[in-house]
Amino acid sequence: MSEKKGVNGERTELTCIRCPIGCMLTVTSYPGGEVHVEGNTCARGEEYGRKELTNPTRIVTTIVKVRNGKRPVVSVKTKGDIPKGKIEDCMKLLKGIEVEAPVRLGDVVLADVGGTGVDVTATKSVERKN
Amino acid sequence: MGDGICRDGGMRGNMFEKADIVIVGGGPAGLAAAAAACAEGIEAGRILIIERGGELGGILNQCIHNGFGLHTFKEELTGPEYAARYIGQVEEMGIPCLIDSIVADIRADADGKKRMTVMNRTEGLFEIEAGAVILAMGCRERPRGALNIPGYRPAGIYSAGTAQHYVNIEGRMPGKEVVILGSGDIGLIMARRMTLEGAKVKLVAELMPYSGGLKRNIVQCLDDYGIPLKLSHTVVDIDGKERVRGVTVAKVDENRRPVPGTEEYISCDTLLLSCGLIPENELSAGMGVDLNPATSGPIVNESMETNITGVFACGNVLHVHDLVDYVSEEAANAGRHAAAYIQSGAEGKAGKVRGDATGTDRIGSVEKGTIPREIKVKAANGIRYTVPSRIRLIHMQEEQLIRFRVKDIYKDVCLTVYFNDTVVMQLHKKIMAPGEMEQIKLKKRKLEEFEGLNEITLCIEKR
Repeated sequence: MSEKKGVNGERTELTCIRCPIGCMLTVTSYPGGEVHVEGNTCARGEEYGRKELTNPTRIVTTIVKVRNGKRPVVSVKTKGDIPKGKIEDCMKLLKGIEVEAPVRLGDVVLADVGGTGVDVTATKSVERKN
Repeated sequence: MGDGICRDGGMRGNMFEKADIVIVGGGPAGLAAAAAACAEGIEAGRILIIERGGELGGILNQCIHNGFGLHTFKEELTGPEYAARYIGQVEEMGIPCLIDSIVADIRADADGKKRMTVMNRTEGLFEIEAGAVILAMGCRERPRGALNIPGYRPAGIYSAGTAQHYVNIEGRMPGKEVVILGSGDIGLIMARRMTLEGAKVKLVAELMPYSGGLKRNIVQCLDDYGIPLKLSHTVVDIDGKERVRGVTVAKVDENRRPVPGTEEYISCDTLLLSCGLIPENELSAGMGVDLNPATSGPIVNESMETNITGVFACGNVLHVHDLVDYVSEEAANAGRHAAAYIQSGAEGKAGKVRGDATGTDRIGSVEKGTIPREIKVKAANGIRYTVPSRIRLIHMQEEQLIRFRVKDIYKDVCLTVYFNDTVVMQLHKKIMAPGEMEQIKLKKRKLEEFEGLNEITLCIEKR
């Protein structure tokens, strides 16, 4: 991330991470709080540029232990993005839980993770051990 | 997996002795190819997927991170979720799958049939006969042995994908202090993954002056966690006899040789290698499929068909992709063409080998002895390869995608397309990098209109 002063606002160069294309964004923030995004090729890019300067968020993906499953763990994700600063908390909470098999893709394994309002759901199904 | 899918076993009734289309590999390429062939009108029961692993989905099962499917499903999925969409389609269609089964050998016989030797634990060794074969075996990681790093062979050295399997599938951590050699996407993803799981990732060292991974992964996997990336650096020594105790990293010159005096010792208990992927083509080579040295994958035409008629290839066995969406798209194309091949009844008429590596048609195939005109697609200045490498106009769709990679980082250049010696397309590119696959679309009409067209060349030119 490199920052330089523009004529009116402060310009920040970012690489968009919302899809693998990785557009180069130039985000200009003006004194009034207005933010202008350039270089994006879709609406998601504009949203990313805006948020990255005001409240950067990420989707967290990890695994959770499974009890009595055919596999020892199940992959999970936060259903939506959570603030970057909450990632560590989220990981700690998920390390501490264990879910009972069977688990279905889409099942909520932890609701409202760390008070973010975002649920953590299973991204794979794990059958119960026979 | 649902009940419609046959696992290993189920061979007793000889149900898989013959199939119209056999797909080798049940990862994203194999699944999309199977679904597309079925959608094109091949009866589900006449298609067979053979998968080496214990479940369908291939490498997607261990890619638990998000970022898959934006092109295909217009939403961001994780690897397992993306795989589940295609597994669901294949199950719904009722396409049979043999899992835990290995194809040991494929033979293209003179009668146009492909006969393969397959084995699994319940049936032992058996033969399956197919009208068409779709190669979808994927790729594997470049191992330490191919990297010439001196030192002992202590525990703690893993390819990035192996570590990914341990962490994401087995739920085990390979180590606590990590150095990663190579900045391919898997290495970058694992840098973040190991960090989230509590390990300290001390460094990612990359031999080349640029990263082999996607820009977004540098941002969200390294920058987000303050993990340093050293370009033009490599591991020159591994310390430790029983277990890795540290590695020595050094800067390399423009010839990729370590610069004396730049060595730096970094203590760690784990070294991950993310140094490139190699298409897994032992089966293809064994049956006589011509390979392109630039991709290590088969040389294919517009139909994703190899030099052997009725043998198609798609996904990472053909060329290593960055995006699974493009794998699915390419594989569906291969599946449709394989279906058309079966429906045209071409297999009976086909000679064994259609063309040679240079793309000239010697024996002729589907057009009752006539030789379909082939246009060669050539990768020139700055372009490492193209897929496909030849186009037969009569089989070309209205639009044909040409996918390619460049050899180096190029800034502010023109991607130029020539029809014979005439410039027909010039695209200004701000930046092109070997780590990012590029594509252009060719319109059939344009090819038809150009008289005497026999060669299409892609190259990079100065603006």
